[in-house]
Amino acid sequence: MLQALADGILTGSIIALGAIGLTLTMGILRFANFAHAEMITWGAYMALGALALMGPFMAPLGALSFGLPLIIAMVIAAVLTSLLALMIDHLVFRPLHGRPNDMTIVFSSFGVSLLVRMVVLLIFGGSAQYYSNTLQIAVPVAPGLRILPDQLFVLGFTIVTVISLHFFLQRTRLGLAMRALAENPTLARVNGIDTRVVIRWTWVIGASLAAVAGVLYGLTVQLRPEIGFHLLLPLFAAVIIGGVGNVFGAVVGGLIVGLAESLSVFIIPPSYKLAVPFIILLIVLYVRPTGIFGSAHHAGAK
Amino acid sequence: MTGFAAYLVFFLIIALTYSIVVMGLNLQWGFTGLFNAGVVGFFAVGAYGTAVLIGPERAGAIGGFGLPFPIGVLGGAALAALAALIVGLATLRLREEYLAIATFGIAISIQLIALNFEALTGGAMGLISLPRPMLDVFSSPAHYNLFYLGVVAILALVVYLALERAVTSPWGRVLKAVREDETAARSLGKNPVLIRLQSFVLGCTLIGFAGGLYVGFIGYVSPLDFLPILTFQIWAMLIVGGSGNNRGAIAGAIGVWGLWTMSGLLISQVLPVQFQSQGGAIQVILIGLLIVLTLLFRPRGLIGERETVSKHAGPR
Repeated sequence: MLQALADGILTGSIIALGAIGLTLTMGILRFANFAHAEMITWGAYMALGALALMGPFMAPLGALSFGLPLIIAMVIAAVLTSLLALMIDHLVFRPLHGRPNDMTIVFSSFGVSLLVRMVVLLIFGGSAQYYSNTLQIAVPVAPGLRILPDQLFVLGFTIVTVISLHFFLQRTRLGLAMRALAENPTLARVNGIDTRVVIRWTWVIGASLAAVAGVLYGLTVQLRPEIGFHLLLPLFAAVIIGGVGNVFGAVVGGLIVGLAESLSVFIIPPSYKLAVPFIILLIVLYVRPTGIFGSAHHAGAK
Repeated sequence: MTGFAAYLVFFLIIALTYSIVVMGLNLQWGFTGLFNAGVVGFFAVGAYGTAVLIGPERAGAIGGFGLPFPIGVLGGAALAALAALIVGLATLRLREEYLAIATFGIAISIQLIALNFEALTGGAMGLISLPRPMLDVFSSPAHYNLFYLGVVAILALVVYLALERAVTSPWGRVLKAVREDETAARSLGKNPVLIRLQSFVLGCTLIGFAGGLYVGFIGYVSPLDFLPILTFQIWAMLIVGGSGNNRGAIAGAIGVWGLWTMSGLLISQVLPVQFQSQGGAIQVILIGLLIVLTLLFRPRGLIGERETVSKHAGPR
């Protein structure tokens, strides 16, 4: 039970990182980006590529399975994922803006997600891969609860990222502009906010967080081209639970989905775990479609 | 029949079955603007529903009712409608994207049930040796296939004519009105949520119906026939053929399915064995590019929607 809780929080924190980016793009760019989860796959594999190119030049840090190279690889992956997101926006999403059916853009993201996944499959192959082959010894933290040092790192890193993002959105000018654009686009434009700059930064932040989530996932689980495909539903569920556009909500939503997935094994066979986010999603949509922290004006009722 | 003619018959049966799926999707997307991201799920529900209803009894399993094929197909379609109601009622009163997310979710859940609920679906093995309708009437498999092609072609034609009638009827005009301007439709006393729900459920019923026809032809169901890629293929057929036009939907189904099978054949002939899985990825990339490029450069597809102007508008 305790172990399942810990696993749930771990998965949940990775889902949360991906969901923050998705909720920002859904709030600011105003469309459900089906390709967002593939940014996670892309980021994870870009870090793998960067690691392979750098070669092992430093021993692992302390009890962790990795050292400085993975941190550098994570930064490179964040940059490459941001570039991919900006490129997709430029080539596909921007030209489709203003089409009579505004679902066209959502649908195009569906097509883009397929392209990204298949390109990853083509370059890196379909079999599972790992950042490191170092075996780790789980540390007993409490009776009946063992945690890998890497998992502790993931948890700590997520907490630091979320807190810094919070301060960025609350204290900086750009953060304020992003929140303003999410809240009321017309008013934001009237106040002289350059929406193009804000949109560009939204892509960069969302993609970087997705890349980090991908690396952390690859670190604690494994790398497969289907990472994003399997995370898409948990991400959407987390965003909708927390209320579209709400960063804090996305974190809570991510934790709820992660915990529900790992605790579900006590009720249903583990092979149905992937359906858990869908069940949660249906319940939220039937009971409280604005999410727990969402305001009605944003997402819910038409 | 020569090998090629036999293959052509086989190809057309599958393509025309898919054309019914594409027409169902066209009702949702082309005429109502609803994004169904889980086409394969509803197709699978129709197929598995039919299989369970018509299949022979299995020890310790649910289903195997041995019902006549037509009843099985209609039952499968009804189950697909039920699945559509579950997601439709949850999402159609909300932002449009929620339908896309929920349909994606139900397709994944249905795939899990197909893979894991062995008592009902046979699990990874699927359900095999299902009775094929009127098989014993025909002397050879080739004749039977020709007969089945006739059945599928007639049913596709019936669906086509019925849909053409429906979308030019007053109901069809309300569909387009809801798609174009929901507020205006509402101000005329139409209920957009109800209209969307009708269009969505009817479209999914057609998709499920096609799933049943598919099972009748191949005689088994297995999870491998209902992979998420099928959703993309069906979408490519609709987008390339031209959404909003049922003839475009049929042309797209035949054209894209032809492209898919031919590119698959080419890859299996040209690429060495060790690169075959990469070849599959290239095939899928082609589908993705086809969708995105058509959206960007020829949004109307091959045959797009006809412009409709009120007959009272007068010459311009």
